[in-house]
Amino acid sequence: MISARDLRKHYQVHKRPPGLKAAVRSLFHRTYITVKAVDGISFEISAGERVGFLGPNGAGKTTTLKVLSGLLHPSSGEVRVDGHVPKKREDAFLKKIMLVTGQKQQLLWDLPPAETFEMNRAIYDVPMAQYRETIAELTELLELSDLLNKPTRQLSLGERMKCELAAALIHRPKVLFLDEPTIGLDVSMQAVIRSFIKRYNERFGATLMLTSHYMDDVAALTPRVIVIDKGQLSYDGGLDDLVRRVRPEKRVALTFQRKVDRAALERLGKVVSVDSVAAVLQIHQDAVNSTITWALANLPVKDLTVENPPLEEVMSELFSRSRAAQEQEAAQRGAA
Amino acid sequence: MSVRNTIRALPALFRVGVFEAVAYRAEFFVWVLSTTMPLIMMALWTAVASDAPVGRYGQPEFVAYFLCTFIVRQLTGAWVAYEMNFEIRQGALAMRLLRPVQPLWTYAVENLAALPMRLVVALPVAVSLLLISGTSRLSKDPKIWLIWCAAMVGGWLITFLANLVIGCLAFYMESSLKLMDVWLAVFFVFSGYLYPLELFPSGLRAVADWLPFRYQIGFPVELMTGAHGVPTALSMLLSQWLYVALMLAIVSLVWRRGLKRFAAYGG
Repeated sequence: MISARDLRKHYQVHKRPPGLKAAVRSLFHRTYITVKAVDGISFEISAGERVGFLGPNGAGKTTTLKVLSGLLHPSSGEVRVDGHVPKKREDAFLKKIMLVTGQKQQLLWDLPPAETFEMNRAIYDVPMAQYRETIAELTELLELSDLLNKPTRQLSLGERMKCELAAALIHRPKVLFLDEPTIGLDVSMQAVIRSFIKRYNERFGATLMLTSHYMDDVAALTPRVIVIDKGQLSYDGGLDDLVRRVRPEKRVALTFQRKVDRAALERLGKVVSVDSVAAVLQIHQDAVNSTITWALANLPVKDLTVENPPLEEVMSELFSRSRAAQEQEAAQRGAA
Repeated sequence: MSVRNTIRALPALFRVGVFEAVAYRAEFFVWVLSTTMPLIMMALWTAVASDAPVGRYGQPEFVAYFLCTFIVRQLTGAWVAYEMNFEIRQGALAMRLLRPVQPLWTYAVENLAALPMRLVVALPVAVSLLLISGTSRLSKDPKIWLIWCAAMVGGWLITFLANLVIGCLAFYMESSLKLMDVWLAVFFVFSGYLYPLELFPSGLRAVADWLPFRYQIGFPVELMTGAHGVPTALSMLLSQWLYVALMLAIVSLVWRRGLKRFAAYGG
């Protein structure tokens, strides 16, 4: 459904030091640097897949989504979405895709969302019966009935995001690019949006590509993740595999009936935290079974849970490793 | 981007444009105040002509000329360069590019959707014109009025396309609004908006004839006030539409090339 081969997007950016002198000098002489926003990434995504596209700020995630949705022309490389070359922006392509971003809106600011919906119906040539069915369904799932006729400017951020999603889905796109769709939303609204996106994918078999800094979005929605940093791909695979690879330890949280000696816990693994009757241990995944068996037999365990390390920590570690590898590579190139 | 798809969406876009144009009443009245320059010029020039006519313009001729100028300006105005400049710099153009409708058409429809509101202002002035000037200072030739209709479309197209060209230059420059200021300054001098171009010395008139500005305002106004016979009017109409064709070609070029440079900043 989506393929990118050796995709690159480089920008020429005017660089100027701060200060009046530099400002005046820049009138006569400008220095440009090349920013490699995306620098040779390749991946394939099948129809109906949900893929998380992750990376730190400035990694090139949004740039890639913009290239895939036809907004940006790539500097080089080949991109196809359902057989279309996005930069050509053919009608058939634009009717199959939608880019939803938490920071840009398509809703008409001064008019109620219902007007945007009606305009999109006409623009995408959606048959009236399908439009009514879609609106009824979206209104119910996203609880929009009180929002449809209020001017968009008077809606809260969460209300607006729900209406943005509805407006984006009126033509039932086969490919949905979601760029930080839950940014700035409260926890319950994030959950509503996540559950709605998952349901849309399951109901229509739509392909989803999601960027988000909220790891809860990623954990809930995308079994596969593609990680990029400084425009280069650093991981493509299952989320569980990624966690296992980066952080092969599990977290074992224990509650005891009475106080347990710290020394006894340190025999089991790394002690992350401990207080009078509770402790959190970090244990290599291969040793989890034997450790739990030993703890249950030898310690006054009241309750026990096993968890993956927080995804935020996994990502942070992956990004720092990836940066270190890139810096080492650059240093080697420089030395050569 | 198919034309058929775009044309099918135009009524919906027009409807939304009208709703947006009437959304802010206070802004509308402020805008009306900002378009009264021809009425101010009318007061000025009628005062100048109180003792003796200026060229062939006595007081009644100046009144007719500037009321016609007001109407033409109301119906052929365009401001899309400001909006495009903002949308290109802020990345908001992305939302237009995602739709299967040619974005330049959406700008055109939004501009034309404000026409009903502009007519609300222009019609009373047109009625006043008839009451004050009667028909004596207006053309009585139906052929001239037919040419006037085509000239109004041409005048709007030149204004709109010039806005598009300047708007598109934001793809290439950090901001193209200063260019718009320059364009407007030259427009005020050479369009006939502030005074009839007939009052120019002959050298400057020749320059004005070769520039596009006269075809935005002066030419339709001259047709209304019966300044030209049919052969001259047709010849000027041809020149006007050659400008339209030239500007269409420039828009097409700067738009297609500019899109390749679009950075879609933000979000």
